[in-house]
Amino acid sequence: MYVYHRCMGSATTAIPLRIDSVVKCFGDLTAVSGVSLDVRERACLGLLGPNGAGKSTLIRSIAGRVRLDSGSIRVFGEPAGSAAARAELGWVPQELALYPLLTCRENLEAFGRYQGLRGKALRDGIAWCLEWAALADRAGATVKTLSGGMRRRLNMAAGLVHRPRMVLLDEPTVGVDPQSRNRIFEMVEELRGQGTTVIYTTHYMEEAERLCDTIAIMDHGCVIAQGSKEELVERSFGRRSDVLMRFASSVENGAAWAAAHGGTLQEGPEGIAHFGVAQPTDIAALLDAAGRDGLEVIDVVLRRPNLESVFLQLTGRDLRQ
Amino acid sequence: MIAAIVLNGFRALRRDRGALILSFILPVAFFSIFAAIFGGMGGSGTPRVSVLVVDEDGSAVSERLVGALLQEPSLAASTHPAGKKGALVPPGYTAAGAEAAVKQGDAPAALIIPKGFGAHPVALGPGADRTPIRLLHDSSDPVAPQMVAGILQKVVMTALPDAMANVGMQYFERASGGLTAEQRKSIESAMSRVPVNSAGQSGPQRDTGFVALDVRDVVGEKKQNSMIAFYAAGIGVMFLLFTASAAGGALLDEAESGALDRILSARVSMTTLLAGKMAYSALLASAQLTLMFLWGAAVFHLELFTHLPGFIVMTAATSFAVASFGMLLASISHTRAQQAAVSTLIILTMSALGGSMFPRFLMPETMQKVGLLTFNAWAIDGYTKVFWRDEPVLHLAPQVAVLIGAGLVLFLIARRFARRWEYS
Repeated sequence: MYVYHRCMGSATTAIPLRIDSVVKCFGDLTAVSGVSLDVRERACLGLLGPNGAGKSTLIRSIAGRVRLDSGSIRVFGEPAGSAAARAELGWVPQELALYPLLTCRENLEAFGRYQGLRGKALRDGIAWCLEWAALADRAGATVKTLSGGMRRRLNMAAGLVHRPRMVLLDEPTVGVDPQSRNRIFEMVEELRGQGTTVIYTTHYMEEAERLCDTIAIMDHGCVIAQGSKEELVERSFGRRSDVLMRFASSVENGAAWAAAHGGTLQEGPEGIAHFGVAQPTDIAALLDAAGRDGLEVIDVVLRRPNLESVFLQLTGRDLRQ
Repeated sequence: MIAAIVLNGFRALRRDRGALILSFILPVAFFSIFAAIFGGMGGSGTPRVSVLVVDEDGSAVSERLVGALLQEPSLAASTHPAGKKGALVPPGYTAAGAEAAVKQGDAPAALIIPKGFGAHPVALGPGADRTPIRLLHDSSDPVAPQMVAGILQKVVMTALPDAMANVGMQYFERASGGLTAEQRKSIESAMSRVPVNSAGQSGPQRDTGFVALDVRDVVGEKKQNSMIAFYAAGIGVMFLLFTASAAGGALLDEAESGALDRILSARVSMTTLLAGKMAYSALLASAQLTLMFLWGAAVFHLELFTHLPGFIVMTAATSFAVASFGMLLASISHTRAQQAAVSTLIILTMSALGGSMFPRFLMPETMQKVGLLTFNAWAIDGYTKVFWRDEPVLHLAPQVAVLIGAGLVLFLIARRFARRWEYS
């Protein structure tokens, strides 16, 4: 394992990230609507939400790439976008923001230089990144010859060559195969193990559950819930279990029926209703009620509530819609 | 089926602005430019040839010839340097002054009427007794001396009919001695030997017209194919503009890939980024020009190594200007396709007007002035000063000032447009 010692000369006691009442609009669209968040040192905050929830705009705002309409963001006590904040921050955008005709090493060198690295610091940063991303043996290969997973890993490494104390990972697993996704998870876990604060956006619930100790669920530009996975589930379901009930066809007044029995009908054509039950035997009462009201139930699932259940409970929509 | 394919083609074309520009606007623009150059849209029809006239003879005959030359509509003849508005008319050209003016490129030709011209102005046939007019010219313009020589013969015929008649009578006396039938036949025989206008002939001596001409190339006589520099600059600048456009386009690639966002989230400001891109583009352009001139030196005997200071100054100024032009094109375009279309349109237009495709000195006067709105014209003028006229580096000040100044202005405009990439 290559050992790389970061320069901590600019260390500060301020918390890594403080977001205070941030609002950002694009014309009539409010992308971020009054979001406030604090992220403590060494934490991994998962921003979980469907496409268009405002996650990427919030991440870009933290990176200093968005002019806020109101509110403020501070990175280790410095205003987002300031030179001091940029030095402490590594941003991995959702796109493959690389030079396709340059090699892995040349890409890392370019982005390292853009971060002000020179000499030994630059060489050490490149060496650490190549090893961290498992690309040491492909250091001389041009980006366009790499597989999709390798490009994703290099894309992540290019944001970390200056060894920042906080990293913004904007959906880093988009479009990669399961093996590459696992490798990326390991990379993030390695970062966390080294004490890096991580902000991780995703619309994959399992990624947030595996990697993040704190989760902020976003929808329509707002943070609608925040806490650990257990806290979020407890808050939404208590000790109850999650019951998914699928009907034979779309149900007239299904939403009203589900609401009358303490549940919600998921938006969409499938006609799936969600309920929270204190005991598994409570399912029988629900089935009886459906039978009395002429609803043909074709599928019933009992499961422990997860983040997806929380999201459905809070918004009535599936996370991936 | 075929109709559906045709319909799809037109639908796609309608939404592809770049292709639309290349398909319709570019041909019309080029047609208009070349029509203006060759069709005299500038208002003057066939371009008039500038010629400086020096009367060293001062006789009544030479004064009449000068007067006729000044009134000749095909010539833009002048006997004095252009004075400032409201100032006194400066002294007339001397032979040395006219030669210097031709060397500097103020005019492509000069006519020096020597002392004694009035005594023997015209003659019929080669080897006759007459005083030749000196025609000094700059062979970078191969057309002007031919036109001046021909028009001079015409002017002599119309302006000096008495001299013509006198010479005719002398011929008559010598040839016949009396007007017998045989003598008349003899006169007709002699007259049949009178040559026609010799404007189309070439060579250092032209003594077969009514007026003898001593023709001398005062700029290119000692040079080894140095007009190659003109073509190297003309073609070079055009391709430099394309290269700078492509180099600037990398900015759009980075914007589309997200790399630009990432760079700007690091410790790189937009001004630094643009300056860096421009420096790369300028260095690339310098390398291209250097290669072209080295090739010219190796293959076409271009005198590069005896003109290095001027070459370096002009190459630096030209490269700076085209690089900033590339940045501007990138910053005003929203997509790479749009940039490619706009670049092609502007660069080909600039190259046509600026003399990269057709020498400006052969264009109508108005079009020559319009050409000064392009980088090509200023760069070509500068390189011509260096390699053709052997002018010192200080004389490049106007060209360098325009290229650098325009480059700075374009860079500032590009920086202004680039603000859209700074924040969302």
